[in-house]
Amino acid sequence: MPINYYIFLSLALFAVGIVGVLTRRNAIIIFMCIEIMLNAVNLLLVAFSKMHHLKQAATLATAGTNGQIFVFFIMVVAAAEVSVGLAIIVMMFRNVHSVDVNFLNRLKH
Amino acid sequence: MQNALQIVWLVPFFPLIGFLINGLFRKQLSKSLIAVLGSGTVLVSFVISIWIFLQVKNGNSHVAEYFNFISAGPFKIPFAFQIDALSSLFLLIITGVGFIIHVYSTSYMKEETAEHYGRYFSYLNLFIFSMLLLVMGANYVIMFIGWEGVGLCSYLLIGYWFKNTEYNKAANKAFIMNRIGDLGFLIALFLIIAKVGSVSFADVFSKASTLSTTNITIITLLLFVGATGKSAQIPLYTWLPDAMAGPTPVSALIHAATMVTAGIYMIARSNVLYSLAPVSQNVVAIIGLATAILAATIAMKQNDIKKVLAYSTVSQLGYMFLALGVGAYTAGVFHVMTHAFFKALLFLGAGSVIHAMGGEQDIRKMGGLKGKLKITYFTFLIGCIAISGIPPFSGFFSKDAILLSAFGHNKILYGIALFGALLTAFYMFRLLFLTFNGSFRGTDEQQHHLHESPAGMTIPLIILAILAFAGGFVGIPELFMKGGDKLSEFLSPVIPVQQGDGVSSSTEMMLMVISTVLVLLVIIYTWFRFRKYQAVEEKGLGKFLANKWYVDELYEQIIVKPLNKLGAFLNNIIERSVIDALVNGVGKLVNYGSRQVRLLQSGQVGSYVLLMVLSMLLVFVIQFFLRK
Amino acid sequence: MIPVLFIVIPLVSGLALFFFKNEKAGRSWALFSSMITLVVALLGLTLHPDNKYLQFSADWLGSLGSSFSVQVDGMGQILCLLTAVSYPVIFIATWENQYQKSNNFFGLMLLAQAGLMGVFVAMDALLFYFFWELALIPMYFLSSQWGGEKRVQATFKFFIYTFLGSVLMLAGIIYLYTQTPDHSFGIASFYKLGMLLPTPTQNWIFWLFFAAFAIKMPIFPFHTWQPDLYEQSNTSTTMVLSGVMVKMGVFACIRWLLPVVSIASYQWGDLVTSLAVTGILYASLVAIQQDDLKRLVAYSSIAHIGLMCATIFSETSIGFQGVMIQMFNHGINIIGLWIVVDMIERKCATRKISELGGLAQKAPSLAIFALIMALANIALPLTNAFIGEFMMFNGIFSSKITHYNVIFTVLAAISIILAAIYILNMIRKVFYGNSNAVTAAAQDITWNQKLVLSVLVILIIWLGVYPDSLLNLTHDLTDTILKKSDVLPLLMKH
Repeated sequence: MPINYYIFLSLALFAVGIVGVLTRRNAIIIFMCIEIMLNAVNLLLVAFSKMHHLKQAATLATAGTNGQIFVFFIMVVAAAEVSVGLAIIVMMFRNVHSVDVNFLNRLKH
Repeated sequence: MQNALQIVWLVPFFPLIGFLINGLFRKQLSKSLIAVLGSGTVLVSFVISIWIFLQVKNGNSHVAEYFNFISAGPFKIPFAFQIDALSSLFLLIITGVGFIIHVYSTSYMKEETAEHYGRYFSYLNLFIFSMLLLVMGANYVIMFIGWEGVGLCSYLLIGYWFKNTEYNKAANKAFIMNRIGDLGFLIALFLIIAKVGSVSFADVFSKASTLSTTNITIITLLLFVGATGKSAQIPLYTWLPDAMAGPTPVSALIHAATMVTAGIYMIARSNVLYSLAPVSQNVVAIIGLATAILAATIAMKQNDIKKVLAYSTVSQLGYMFLALGVGAYTAGVFHVMTHAFFKALLFLGAGSVIHAMGGEQDIRKMGGLKGKLKITYFTFLIGCIAISGIPPFSGFFSKDAILLSAFGHNKILYGIALFGALLTAFYMFRLLFLTFNGSFRGTDEQQHHLHESPAGMTIPLIILAILAFAGGFVGIPELFMKGGDKLSEFLSPVIPVQQGDGVSSSTEMMLMVISTVLVLLVIIYTWFRFRKYQAVEEKGLGKFLANKWYVDELYEQIIVKPLNKLGAFLNNIIERSVIDALVNGVGKLVNYGSRQVRLLQSGQVGSYVLLMVLSMLLVFVIQFFLRK
Repeated sequence: MIPVLFIVIPLVSGLALFFFKNEKAGRSWALFSSMITLVVALLGLTLHPDNKYLQFSADWLGSLGSSFSVQVDGMGQILCLLTAVSYPVIFIATWENQYQKSNNFFGLMLLAQAGLMGVFVAMDALLFYFFWELALIPMYFLSSQWGGEKRVQATFKFFIYTFLGSVLMLAGIIYLYTQTPDHSFGIASFYKLGMLLPTPTQNWIFWLFFAAFAIKMPIFPFHTWQPDLYEQSNTSTTMVLSGVMVKMGVFACIRWLLPVVSIASYQWGDLVTSLAVTGILYASLVAIQQDDLKRLVAYSSIAHIGLMCATIFSETSIGFQGVMIQMFNHGINIIGLWIVVDMIERKCATRKISELGGLAQKAPSLAIFALIMALANIALPLTNAFIGEFMMFNGIFSSKITHYNVIFTVLAAISIILAAIYILNMIRKVFYGNSNAVTAAAQDITWNQKLVLSVLVILIIWLGVYPDSLLNLTHDLTDTILKKSDVLPLLMKH
């Protein structure tokens, strides 16, 4: 498959993520959109990694796996991050009974 | 072998010691001890000065170097004294007249408490010290030290009675006007250093002929600016009449006999330079003559006994500058000497009158004092005759020498100068008659209080009267006596003798007769006019003169007020509203800017993210499309 | 060894003071320490500037090309002596003044002394910058914590202003450092580099450095922090600021500006001198209008410093020597004036000239000392300032590198008239006339104040009569600096 397909897909995913983050007010949805963006980038990383080592891939089975391993790392870190983020959101909900980000403007202070 | 004159430092040393002891221990010492110290130190200096004078008379002269005053690389200014005919003559005048006035002061200031008595004498001694530095300096810088030093003492002594605000203002005025002159002197010094590379008299005069005329003219004019400040000439003369706020002996010593003649000394000392700059000479002559006439006209209408004498001093100084301007340096120095005698006499006489009148200085309230104050009257009369120039009193010889030189130089100058001499006779005899003749016009209390002054004051008067009478005999014109002009001969190593002034003996005789007869006529006219006092309302020209040509008011309007306005403008507008406002404005701008930028931080996570995305887009656009 | 002692003694004793409990002991400790420094400075004065005891060098940030190299040369001897003399004088004269947390006060004063000494002896640009800031920071605390009501505001302005200058200077130093062939902050490398730099580079480097120095001196129109700060901060602090600290700017111009960027100094010389001369006249005229004693002295100081700045940029041997000796003289004289002002304020509880009057009757000794200080301030002959001003005016007048030397001299010299006006008017209004309600209860000064003022007066007269005792120190140095900043061969090359 041409690399373009991957690029367009991840661009689309990323755009969806951005629009989601910008337009939605629910913290959980925003969170999910961030994850979508992260995964879009991950996808791109895998695709580029494969393409970068295309010539070696014909002879070497493990060629281009560096990027994919990295993606695993990223997913692990992202998972950790999600757990922390969700915990924060839960705490916020407990405190103010809302996950509306417009309502949560305490950063100003 | 070291020159015997190496010890001349002793001359200023003793007054300095007197100053230090009287100044530091004035609270501990008794008044009589202070008086003895104050006068004694000057007496010692006087004795040494006589010894020096005799040495110089035998043809000895010396430059005594003591240490390096200022040195910067190859340029050095030594602390050195120069003793020659001119300075030894001035030494005699300063310490001699100075001593007499110190003695006079011991009785005149008797009323003061010991502390202030000590202060007075320490100032006087400091003055003598500074004046000696001025005339003994072997270079312009040492001269300048004395020059400013006497200005300081003048300031201190004018403001001696410091509780009186008016006196203090007069003291400030004197110092500041002197400083204006000093500025000229200083710049002349810089020019001399730049062009000659040395400030010592010997170097400057020997290299004078190598300088361009323009340079010499500028130097001499600037030096003359200094002289107009110290010697009270147009335009800087107005401080001297105000300086009469000081005690009368101070007026006699500083503002008549010695300090104000510093300018004449300086120009006589620099005669080599002035002779090379005819333009400057003309300026000196014209300013001198103008001052002589201006001050004489003002003196005619003054009613304060000391003010009359003050304007008279300004006028006589003008004559001296006239003499210097026409190249008759010896005549100028001669007049300095005779003037020191008769003007000190007149001031001390005025002091005696003021003493008798209990502090009254207005001659309209005096009159008929000759009965009670016999010695004062006679000595004052001698002073008046001397200043008016009647032979054979001292003033005649010196004034005649000046008039004669003026005649040889320019007939118009002579005519105006003669007119000024008549004015002199007029205002002096007006003063004499109003004070001593007629009937007493003061209060009964004052009349009861009238008395002749104690011996401590009258003896100095008598000594000065003898000098005022006989002082002229050192400079008898050749016309009367061959070799009579001892002074020119004595001064010839410093001031070259002029070879004839182009005036024949018969003309000279005629001029003397004319001036003497005219002066006598004026005195007779004055006698009839002021024998009996009648109060007259001054109007027209009289009022103009009585108000001193409104010069003080003019200066106030064109210098003092604009300067104050400018200062206020700078202080209130420029400083506060422009410079400081700009500086503070920068601070305020930063403050304002950050307050505006702060609004971006709304706390809305959404807006942060939006901003982030937009910035990222911007970076992309720049990165991919705008970069070449 | 001596330059190290200059820094270490005040630094260590100053730090130690923060741990003192007893206030009286702290005060005595500070005085003792400053006395030791003075003794060391006097010892240093007896040595020839080439003596090895006046130099010290040790490794310090060697990887950056910076070393702890310090040396007391002729100019350093004069300024270290000034710093060393002024501290005991200030401590004794203000002995009776009460401070809150007085141990902190004296500790900070001593730290500032360490910084000042460091500036005067540093022979390494980074070290110089370090001490430059070290002197500033204690001053910030001193003037913001002890002083008048608006002191925080005034100090803030001062701090931001001088800090701005310092940062610009730091940028300049770092740029020069990157350009040195041997990557060194040493003064010798900087001097060598100066000859290689192209003119345009020199021009902007010049302004980076000069900004810091002009603000510190201060030169018109960068002076507005000074009257405010002097008025608001406490008098001891003001004495250090005006007596010693403003000399840093003048000093730095001679050591770090002229020999390094000589072509730019030559090219901008006329402009800087014009500013300085304008400042002299401007400050003198403004001083006449002041009613507050402290502001009056502040403006008079601006005028005097302006003259030093103008002289520096005229680049003459006699002028340089005049500036060097005048830095000392001005420090002594202005500290004397501040002592007098401080006493007047303590006796009468006001500094307003219009409210005072007749103090000479109540405090004759104070009046005499005030008069002598005032006369020294207006450069009367036989006082020290006359020597300095005479040489400086002479320097400007004989300058070969500007065409306007005569105009500059005449304009600058007008200040001697204006100075007489404001100083004598001040003396007249404060001391003469009849005493009034404000001054009626005033008493004369005490023995310790008489003592320090007498010491100052003796210094003033001594240096006025025999200035050669200090002038001797600076002959060689002047020649070296002049040779380094001589622009003509450089102009030929570029």
